[in-house]
Amino acid sequence: MSTAALSPTGPAAQHAVRRNHPFAWVQQSLTLAWRNIVRIRQNPEALADVTFQPIIFLVLFLFVFGGAVSGGGGWRDYLPYLLPGVLVQSVVFSTLGTGVALNDDFAKGVFDRFRSLPIARVSPLIGAVLGDAIRYLTSIVILMVTGFALGFRFENGVGYGLLALLLVLAFALSLCWVWVWLGLKLKTAQGVQGVAFLVMFPLTFGSPIFVQASTLPGFLQTWSKINPISYLVDAMRGLMIGGDLQKPLLVTLAWMAGLIAVFAPLAIRAYRRRT
Amino acid sequence: MSTTNRPAIVAEGLVKKYGSTTALDGVDLTVPTGTVLGVLGPNGAGKTTAVRILGTLLTPDGGHAEVGGYDVVREAGRVREIIGLTGQYASVDEDMSGRRNLVMIGRLIGLSRQQARSRADELLERFELTGAGDRVAKTYSGGMRRRLDLAASLVGNPSILYLDEPTTGLDPHARNGVWDTVRNLVLDGTTVLLTTQYLEEADALADSIMVFDQGKVVASGRPAELKAQAGKQSLDVRPAEPGHLERVAAIVAESVGTRPTVDVVNALVSVPVSDGTSMPVVVRRLDEAGIAVTELSLRLPSLDEVFLALTGHVAEQESTAVLEGAGR
Repeated sequence: MSTAALSPTGPAAQHAVRRNHPFAWVQQSLTLAWRNIVRIRQNPEALADVTFQPIIFLVLFLFVFGGAVSGGGGWRDYLPYLLPGVLVQSVVFSTLGTGVALNDDFAKGVFDRFRSLPIARVSPLIGAVLGDAIRYLTSIVILMVTGFALGFRFENGVGYGLLALLLVLAFALSLCWVWVWLGLKLKTAQGVQGVAFLVMFPLTFGSPIFVQASTLPGFLQTWSKINPISYLVDAMRGLMIGGDLQKPLLVTLAWMAGLIAVFAPLAIRAYRRRT
Repeated sequence: MSTTNRPAIVAEGLVKKYGSTTALDGVDLTVPTGTVLGVLGPNGAGKTTAVRILGTLLTPDGGHAEVGGYDVVREAGRVREIIGLTGQYASVDEDMSGRRNLVMIGRLIGLSRQQARSRADELLERFELTGAGDRVAKTYSGGMRRRLDLAASLVGNPSILYLDEPTTGLDPHARNGVWDTVRNLVLDGTTVLLTTQYLEEADALADSIMVFDQGKVVASGRPAELKAQAGKQSLDVRPAEPGHLERVAAIVAESVGTRPTVDVVNALVSVPVSDGTSMPVVVRRLDEAGIAVTELSLRLPSLDEVFLALTGHVAEQESTAVLEGAGR
């Protein structure tokens, strides 16, 4: 190992770069998002939960339950109803991976490295969330390609259809702050997963994702009226295949704002305090 | 080794509590610029807690500390610009290549893409990792991994470096590599705070040593001073017959003039000695007494023995077990 003098990029030069850059956190967040993409390229099997899993869910519900649910119309009649639902279910489920990955970063000491660097405190969290947007997007693209192949069409026009995809992506980016917070609060990745499933199942199955809410038993109907996922699914259907749109869309947007307003600050606080 | 007027690290009365346990109980320390402080102590002594506070990862519950003249709590951002951290924590990303890890850190601290790349190349070469630079870090050996950790903490050219047990678990060859690196950094003017469980390591690298025990500083001084207090070396005698332990202990006590410790479990008699002159006397007496031994050796005192000599009690039970395993 040589003792050669270190490069011309001495501390003074670097400090100048850092201090004169009020938006340094943007570049830092993008760098950390890039890290997530590199990791995905390194371990493509980590994408299984946003590739095969959604397809399996779509195909399973379509062909196994399609006949029964659509009341004799067969799976072709069920597809337009089911696809928006499975989109929501898959994307919402993939958000919990964000919390698990963050928890893992903490356990392995990667985040302590970041915290010892002169970078903005929010960068590692925003970077993690942005990086995971790639996973959510993968899930959306895979499902839409499969859906189109099976004969799905945006019955309400392509513009509204794309808006629906944007909506579910934005919802995922709001909801994932809950998992970011839990990922920082809970000690182990298993703990995060345990809590997540406890919350996710009532959220997704107690909603009109797979069946009309009117077919649910009384208590589930009541729950489904409170459940934000119900409004998201309704808004998605409104945009993708037509139907009631205004109320579900507004309620969904309100939930998104609420989730960010509550959980993003909580997550940042937990990040600062975590020792 | 240049020593300027202002110390690089000053801490006064640092206290950190976790619930009812006190990890740090009023620690004072000063590290002059350009020198190496070795913090010695068993697991749970508070070494890592101290480094985490000085590295701005933890806020102390009491006391204050300045690093490079900046307060570690109020001016944490400034402190982070001048420090580097390597340890059991503050790790690299195992799922990325060594090179990408270094480039990422360079980008994070504000280097351009080009600068970050050349900085990464330079560090890979310096730490003899050029060939492994594009491999995923989890495939690295223990020694390579430690070198990459060290390289990662040097991307920003820190003037103050914290090394938390940098060689724990490394083989002697890899350990020597880390030692050489630390020596070279110090030659370049870097101030180093190093924690270790090995007296040998502190002795090899540090200008001064502090011994931590249960969150307190129990001894401090130059390595030579501490070793003089602890006995420079240790004479070990292991009788072939465990039944001879008592008689061996008596012979050793008589020959050296100090009462030895008798480890019944390992059938070992040890005594701190200042040099090897008493060894022939011990050999002759044992021979006269007709006692066969399976081991007779001179070695540096273990941390346990330093502890015993400096504090009058053995290191905490739990940690002693670990240390005995590691030390012998």
